[in-house]
Amino acid sequence: MITKRIIPCLDVRNGTVVKGTNFENLNEISSPVQLAEYYSSHGADELVFYDITASSDGRKLFTDILTETASKVFIPLTVGGGINTLDDFDRVLKCGADKVSVNSGAIRNPSLIPEAASKYGDQCVVLSVDVKRVDGKFCVFAKGGRENTGMDALEWIKQGVKNGAGEIVVNSIDTDGVKNGFDIEMLKAVCDIVNVPVIASGGAGGKQDFVDLFNTVPGVSAGLAASIFHYGEVTIDDLKNTLKENNITVRL
Amino acid sequence: MLAVVDYGVGNLFSLQCSLKKIGAQAVVTDDENIIRAADRIILPGVGAFGDAVKKLHESGLFEVVIDEAERGKPLMGICLGMQMLFEKSYEYGEYDGLGLLNGEIVPLKGEIPQNLDIPHMGWNALSLDKNCPLFKYIEDGDCVYFVHSYFATNCDSSVVATAEYGIPVTAAVGKGNIFGCQFHPEKSGDVGLKILKAFCEIGE
Repeated sequence: MITKRIIPCLDVRNGTVVKGTNFENLNEISSPVQLAEYYSSHGADELVFYDITASSDGRKLFTDILTETASKVFIPLTVGGGINTLDDFDRVLKCGADKVSVNSGAIRNPSLIPEAASKYGDQCVVLSVDVKRVDGKFCVFAKGGRENTGMDALEWIKQGVKNGAGEIVVNSIDTDGVKNGFDIEMLKAVCDIVNVPVIASGGAGGKQDFVDLFNTVPGVSAGLAASIFHYGEVTIDDLKNTLKENNITVRL
Repeated sequence: MLAVVDYGVGNLFSLQCSLKKIGAQAVVTDDENIIRAADRIILPGVGAFGDAVKKLHESGLFEVVIDEAERGKPLMGICLGMQMLFEKSYEYGEYDGLGLLNGEIVPLKGEIPQNLDIPHMGWNALSLDKNCPLFKYIEDGDCVYFVHSYFATNCDSSVVATAEYGIPVTAAVGKGNIFGCQFHPEKSGDVGLKILKAFCEIGE
């Protein structure tokens, strides 16, 4: 059977990983390339690079880093952040990205997903959605979670898949940063309506949160996290061993 | 020297980097002479079958690949490149492949249980025939990375590895000097690099 994936996310700004690292013996590492190599050799199934640069200089630095990572790390790479046009897809795919994640860009330009899917294939297009409950309804937020678009998240995701998104990343704003577990209710709701892989993001505080995620929402394909991995609170090797002990299929 | 056939389909950056990583002397080329002079060939591919076969024809390399394979030169197809080794595909129509292996390419949809996502995407374990030289450095149960919506069926005896996805999905094929991987060795970590290395050593 296909394994459940564990995906560390690297937020990159001006050539460094923003959330920092706190590994034993690796305290000095701020290079995304080295961090990517470290994760890859310690069991990461895939890496997400998120470009949070605003300047064009920073963007150039980001693509250089991506190119270098792709030449050294031989696992799938997903790139997100600042993807607004087909040219943006082209730019990161040429640097060795395998999948491209769109978020606000798809909200601003509804034809971005269908055009990218038809040019590069569904498997290349990841729809990342920042979701928060407002008056009991799942709402799509834009601009890094700062702006309520008023759109119904489940409808937006359904439409995205219909338009060609081959994978969905669900970032729960409600659980993000709380470290009290993934948003089980929200993830169940999403898995019920789509037939493409769903990646859970937001809320991982420890190994048990991943066990609970895969046990209670079997439709979820992957768990994504940043700080717990960067700060060494959880190592991927150890997490995967725990998942295996709980009869969850992983790649060891 | 290994020739990676460049016929205008997809991005060969990762494949090039992974071949460099294992120390292979590889050249990405659309030059018939270089492909004929190479001691082994990789046929990559992403996208739709019909489009890829058309581009391979347009590049003038369709017959070259068949010819070199029939002379006994080691050939490995990757992903869509593996699917093209077969006689026929039913992806968005009906198209003839290279016909080097018996079998045809059909949709996973309808063949696998409905609750499973399509494409078959992610890491899956190989159930493999250790006698195949591609698997010299890897073991049964090792995981590799898949992304595909169609698969090879009715392949007679050429199947050398399968991956369980509701059904045993053809993961790798090997017959004489002709090999193919449905998965992406260039994205399958150390296991993938070991498969590429083994291919580079076939016939040495």
